[in-house]
Parts: sequence; structure tokens; C-alpha cells
Amino acid sequence: MIVRGHETLLVQGITGRQGSFWTERMQAYGTKVVGGVNPKKAGIEHCGLPVYGSAVEAAQAGRIDASVLFIPPPGVKGAALDAIEAGIKKLVILTEHVPVQDVMFLLAAATEAGARVLGPNTAGAVTPGECFVGFMPAFNARIFRPGRVGVVSRSGSLGTLVCLDVVRAGYGVSAFVGIGGDPILGTTTLEALRELDADPNTDAVVIVGEIGGAMEEAAADYAKDMDKPIVAFIAGAAAPPGKRMGHAGAIVLGDKGTFAAKRDALEAAGATVVATPTEIAPALKAKMG
Amino acid sequence: MNFEEHAAKPLLAAAGIATPPGEVAANVQEAEAIAGRIGACVVKAQVPSGKRGKAGGIKLAGTSAEAGVAAAEILAMEIGGHKVTRVLVEAQVPIAAEYYAAVLNDPETKGPLILFSAAGGMEIEELAATRPETLLRLPVDIRHGPAREEIERRLAGLGLATEQVPAVAEVLVKLYAAYREHDAELLEINPLVLTGDGRLVALDCKFTLDDSAVPRRAELAERGTPEALTGLEAEGRALGLRYIELDGSVGVLANGAGLTMTTIDAVRHYGGEPANFLEIGGNAYVKATPALKLVLSNPKVKSLLVNFCGAVARTEVMTEGVLEAWDQLKPDLPVFFSIHGTGEKEAIAMLRARLGLEPFEFMDDAVKAAVEAAR
Repeated sequence: MIVRGHETLLVQGITGRQGSFWTERMQAYGTKVVGGVNPKKAGIEHCGLPVYGSAVEAAQAGRIDASVLFIPPPGVKGAALDAIEAGIKKLVILTEHVPVQDVMFLLAAATEAGARVLGPNTAGAVTPGECFVGFMPAFNARIFRPGRVGVVSRSGSLGTLVCLDVVRAGYGVSAFVGIGGDPILGTTTLEALRELDADPNTDAVVIVGEIGGAMEEAAADYAKDMDKPIVAFIAGAAAPPGKRMGHAGAIVLGDKGTFAAKRDALEAAGATVVATPTEIAPALKAKMG
Repeated sequence: MNFEEHAAKPLLAAAGIATPPGEVAANVQEAEAIAGRIGACVVKAQVPSGKRGKAGGIKLAGTSAEAGVAAAEILAMEIGGHKVTRVLVEAQVPIAAEYYAAVLNDPETKGPLILFSAAGGMEIEELAATRPETLLRLPVDIRHGPAREEIERRLAGLGLATEQVPAVAEVLVKLYAAYREHDAELLEINPLVLTGDGRLVALDCKFTLDDSAVPRRAELAERGTPEALTGLEAEGRALGLRYIELDGSVGVLANGAGLTMTTIDAVRHYGGEPANFLEIGGNAYVKATPALKLVLSNPKVKSLLVNFCGAVARTEVMTEGVLEAWDQLKPDLPVFFSIHGTGEKEAIAMLRARLGLEPFEFMDDAVKAAVEAAR
């Protein structure tokens, strides 16, 4: 899910420590934040913005294109359903440890309403020079210089490093899409790849994957027919099987979700799969000239 | 979180799905006593691992004495790395047919998936590969639950005897209800058997509780199998840190799951062996001091690699924590840093001022130096 500078953003959970800290940074970067939600503090002003009792109430005050949730796990389902009911079509869910059945519930509601979800357990999305949503160091120009390489990543920290590598190599980033580290996600690698493929500002794509699940394999199936060059890095080659490597979705179970399966699928689709993030830049150069 | 069979089956029974009468025994005497009460029985190893049958961990016993012999053999086994400490002694069930039934979280449809096959007893992967025509895959809208009529209609095309369809549908509806009630990631019956007298009975059950749902299923989670942890891993868990002990000599501290995995991969790529996985990303970024102490308490560590790329995790806060631990422990170890992202300027200034060290601009160079120093 690529975020755009013209989109208006609501911050659910704006008054919390993280919500406040990152709202200020998003505002400073140029994201059009139009309000916040806290059911217990409706009517106050925070970060210079009106705070509403619900997303539905906020939407009555003006058009809202997207909402970002700084909400603890037990409240995520309710907050997301509120945003969906408010007619908001893009939801970014940063929260980690949301019960998976809650995630599936809100995703079903979102799909029916024609709303899209990024996350849960994502650091968000950045469109350099336009806006960012979530907690990404978008304002660091060494890392997020505008350009024409799209990045889709399951991890925020690693995705940030990859953007730095892309920029250090003399390229820039058209859009960073952090899809999240959970096993069930609103936006999969495949869905993000499709959007970057269709994006006129993107000339090449870097896929930052991880062991676990089959999202990279599904993306590889689509990548076969893509014209834009793809470079991929898959984290977890050295991970012991059966261990959850920090992300709920990053686990090799039996012969499922292995590094080798993902690498092989992506290479068969014509992508260059590199051994460390530092090799992404030379691989891009080889593909893009 | 995984549950052993004896802890999973009561969830089925509570949902109205029949299971054989049985009890858990921790020694031969208990096994004999249970068999004495229930007659011809099956003695089954209780370990959180599949392939118990192939490993010899499931034995039939006709009498109490035979049950004792079987229990003695099984209790001496180690299956899939787990020492067997308990057996389930269950009544034998006359089998007319074996089925497979499960409900699980499906990343592809992003919702619950009901699976059923009239060819049970095999692993589901094997079934899907060899006999896909016998497999029912029914995605469910979690907001409404499955419709019994649809299940019955789909079952009718699977080669199941017509008179079995309503009873199997009933079991699947109950299985789904249990899956929802207990926040299952997976709830599986394999095999679900049709008995000689026409009843459906769950002979085995696998239940995995969604780890993210543990806080709201705390009582249930007490009956799950705790993850096998080393001493250091348990210490990490107590501190709220994700620490995994590995065999190598390069201590690793990084932020975020993806970056930490990548750091370990890079250590291996450049010919070294990582000593641990430890990430302090997300909300744990303020715990750098206890995290570093944990890494350094592993005596195998010969060099330390600190790799930060801050998004939500502020590198100046993490670096401050590392320097704090360094001051306290004064370890005699070479240490190599790479620091980028949120707060990098302050973090790097701090590193220069307090340790007189310069971070590596490229992560790979820090990794190579740490690998070299650990040799």
C-alpha cells in the first residue's frame, strides 16, 4: 500500500507517547494529519489537531483517506472496525501481538468495505518527498531520498537499512511499503509488488523477505511476468528451524517457509537474490545500468 | 504455543466431539491401574512432536500387564528431542474408516480454513499432494462462521457415504466453534474415526494456541507445553527479550527481527558463527543494558557485534544502554558497531566520546571485523 502526500490521515491513539512522538514527525515531514482519536479525550486539542471520540465522528468533520493505529493489541480490532465504519479506505496497523483471529476479523470487514490494510506489526510506509505513515525515519535524507526504486519489506529496521543501501548507491526510493512481520497480513508481498509494478514512479523493486510462510513464493509467481527488474534479500538463512525469529511469522516449520524455497522461487522468476543487504546496490546497478 | 494430546483433547470433548476414555500416567503402576479400569487400550507418548507412531511411541495393549510393559518402554524413549515423561492410556476404538479434520489460520485467504479429508491417517501435506480430490478446503468468513448447509453440500462430493455427511458436518461445526473459542492457530483431528458402531471419535488432536492470544487465554495457556529454553533463553524471556542461544562465538545485538536475522546471516556468510539471536527492537529498545549483559554472560562470546538501524527504535537510546552496560561490566572484548537511522548523530557522538570508537559505515565491514576478531 503506497501512501500519497495528498491523502488526509487520522491518528487513532494520538495522545499516547508513541502516537504523540510520531504524529509530530509525520506533520513535520508533510503528511496531512487532520485529527486524532481517543474516546476518553474527545474535544481536546493535541499536536495542534482536534481529538475525536471515534473515527466515525472524525469522518463527519471532513474527508479522511487513511488512518494509522497507535493502539495496544486488545483495542486494535475495535479501532479498525471504527475506521472501516467511518468509510476510511486505507488502514495502517503498527501494533505487534494482535490476536490473529482479531486480525482476520478486521480484514474480512475491510475487504467487504473496499478498505485496504497495511500490517499489523509494520513500521509503516514512506513515499520520500511526499509523506510517511507510521514510525519510519523518513526525515533522514541519507536514508529516504526520493527516487525510482520501490522497496517492499516485512521488517521495518531491515527495510530502513535497505533504503539506506539503495540511496548510498546513488539511487532514490519511490515508495517504501512495510508490510509487517505477522503471519497473516492485510497487504502481502504479492499485493505490494503488484502495486509497485503498476506505479509509474517506480522503475525497479527490491523485495525484502524473511523465512516463514509462502509470501515470497507467491510474489515470485507474479514476478515471472514483470518487466521491472527485481532484487531480493531474504533474511533468516542462518536461522535454526522451529524457532520464531523475533517476528511471529518468521519461523521454519518442517520443510515450510525455508530460505532455500524462497530464494529458488525468486531466482526462477528472474530476480537477483543477494546474500547480504550490501549487495543490493551492485545488483541494482547490474540490472538497471 | 503447542499442546500435548492429553491437554488438547478436553477442548474437543467440551465442544461435544467424542474422544476415547483415557487418563495420563507418569509411571508403569499408574498405566497398569488405568488399563485395569478401561480394558484393551492404547499407550501413547505425550510429547509436543509429530511422528510418535513411527518412533514407536504408540503401542496397543490388551491387558493391564501389557499396558505396563508398553508404558515402561515408551517412558524410556526420547522422541523428536523430547524425553517422554508421561503417557496417555486410552481405550481402544474399533475403526471402520479414518478421516482428517482441521481448522487453521490461512495466510492465503487471510481467514480461517476448514480442511477435511475422507482419507485420514496420513499427514495433510501428503494428502494434498497425493489425493487432492479427497480434500475439502473451505475458507470461512470469520464474522459469520461456516454455514452447515455449505459444509454438507461440499462433503457430498468427496466420496463420503451419504449417511455420514450430516454427522461429519456436525463435527466440523463443533471443531470450528472450539477453534474460535480457544484462539487456535491450528486445531486438528487426525485421525477422526468412524467406529464399527457408526460413531465419530477423535483419536488424536493437535492444538496450537495463537501466541498473541495468550494474554486473553491465560488460564488455557497454563496447560500448554512451555517452549524448551536454555538457561540464558529463560533469563531473556523473563526480561521480555527475544534471545535465542546459538553455538558460535560472535555475540550479536541488533534491533528489529529482520535486521537481527540479517546480522546473523551475515556473520555466517563471512565465515563466522553467531553466538546468539537477540533483538531489542519495537518496545524493547529501552532494554539495551540488560540485553547486552545477557549476550556477554555467554562464555563462548569472543567478539561483539552491535548493529542498529533505528526506525521506531531510537539508536541513541539503544547506544546509551549498550555503553551503560559496558561501563558496568568493563568486558575485555573487541566490539564493533554499525549505527544508522533514528537518533544516529547523537548515538555516534556518544560512542566516540565514551568508547573512542568509530562505527562502521557498512554493516558488512562491522560483521567481517567481528568475525575476524572472534577467530
